[in-house]
Amino acid sequence: MALRLQKPWLSSAEALRHVRGQMGVYQLANEAGEVIFVSYAGGRSLGGLRGEISRSLTEQGEATQVRFEITTSYLSRYKELLMLHQADHGSLPVHDPQVRLGRLSPAGGSANGS
Amino acid sequence: MDLSLTAEQELIIGMVRRFVREEILPLEQHLDPDADELEEPDRLRLMEKTKEMGLYGLDIPPEYGGPDIDLVTRTLIAVEMSQHRAGLYAPCYGTFGGAGLAQLFEATDAQKEKYLYPTLRGEKRGFFGLSEPSGGSDPARAIQTKAVRDGDDWVINGGKLWISGADKADFGLVFARTDSDQGRNGVTCFIVDTDQPGFHVRRIVHTLRSAHYATELQFEDLRVSQENILGQLNKGFAIANDRLTRQRIPYAAGCIGVAIKAQEMALDYVPQRETFGAPLSTRQSIQWMLVDNDIDIKQSLWIILEAAAKAQQGEGFRKEAAMAKLVATEAGGRVVDRCMQMFGGLGVAKDLPFERWYREMRIRRIGEGPSEVQRHVIARELLGASLR
Repeated sequence: MALRLQKPWLSSAEALRHVRGQMGVYQLANEAGEVIFVSYAGGRSLGGLRGEISRSLTEQGEATQVRFEITTSYLSRYKELLMLHQADHGSLPVHDPQVRLGRLSPAGGSANGS
Repeated sequence: MDLSLTAEQELIIGMVRRFVREEILPLEQHLDPDADELEEPDRLRLMEKTKEMGLYGLDIPPEYGGPDIDLVTRTLIAVEMSQHRAGLYAPCYGTFGGAGLAQLFEATDAQKEKYLYPTLRGEKRGFFGLSEPSGGSDPARAIQTKAVRDGDDWVINGGKLWISGADKADFGLVFARTDSDQGRNGVTCFIVDTDQPGFHVRRIVHTLRSAHYATELQFEDLRVSQENILGQLNKGFAIANDRLTRQRIPYAAGCIGVAIKAQEMALDYVPQRETFGAPLSTRQSIQWMLVDNDIDIKQSLWIILEAAAKAQQGEGFRKEAAMAKLVATEAGGRVVDRCMQMFGGLGVAKDLPFERWYREMRIRRIGEGPSEVQRHVIARELLGASLR
């Protein structure tokens, strides 16, 4: 598994057509391609990824793009994506709540678009 | 031989049991099924409760402010504390506190001031960095991380794998080779600060556990002062070995706590669930599963308590601790597996805790030294010099 989420960006409509009810993690980006929200669909999520992404798109009005990764390790992967974002950009995505995180310093330094 | 609990043990066990049932289980109804953390207000509130109960910091020696509770009773408490969904890897979500890195009780006064006391006050966190990609159960040979003397400092290069908590830690105990010709007598334990240049947490290692993850570390010319050697130069193996042996007892106790809870749930369920016109409890196949569970639990519990009693009395307990770890992790896995079978589809759903226990229990047969290594340790104790 790649360290950073490498799934293709999909438009909101495309994402909702393709995504199903599995557990996993996802990112929302704005028109400029900036990641503005990272979250997950866990064991209690109604509708799994599909339900969570649908709800998040409604709440995050500026989101136009979505990418997701199906994984049962959704909690550790979610924290990893947040830590990577913090390592790359110095802060969490603008719409993510503050969570207790560790620090990652990935090999090769930071990358854009994590 | 009196195997009954003392009145004090009964009282303490009863308190912990109520705490788990009245405080932890209701919160778990609302947490993610894989969660290993409470919301901060809940964690702080429950920590206050465990302090009121006089049970906070169970593993902290009394001279450092911990409650004066013997190891057998602490083992019984560990069995109780794990009887909930997150109980294997986050018993009571850490609300009973802990000693952190017990090895620091042997540190110098200056090291205690800088690392131990802040840890006990909850101001600093540490990690234990032993395992490497080349292995973790045989530190004498597997450690390839090197430390080289440079003036008053040591310069560490290498990496560690399967390290819990390093991404959130302020410092860690890192075992490095300081004499490549000396095997177990060439390993030194260093206290490293995680904010130093050259300390990197490279990635999270995703496993069957979703929340409680391990990390991979890399050290690139990480400088550590000579004063940060814990214990003596080239004597780190004894520190590692002591920790590995002691850790096996609570590790085993957690497995049996979960097994007891799984069995309790099955005993509640099978008289209610009917198939082909009769309760499951009337089926011999189900009865035998429950019987085998009970035997697995009892056998493991006595072996764990024997190991704890020997350690408490200051006797050698390496063989007993290895046996406890081996028997409890394997028995715990069997019990959870049988309970899943009795619950059928519900057993594998995230609605109930069995699927989490099943995944996490599988790790227990590998973590802290796999079953095969425990058998090796026991064989060495049995055969003694003839095996060396």
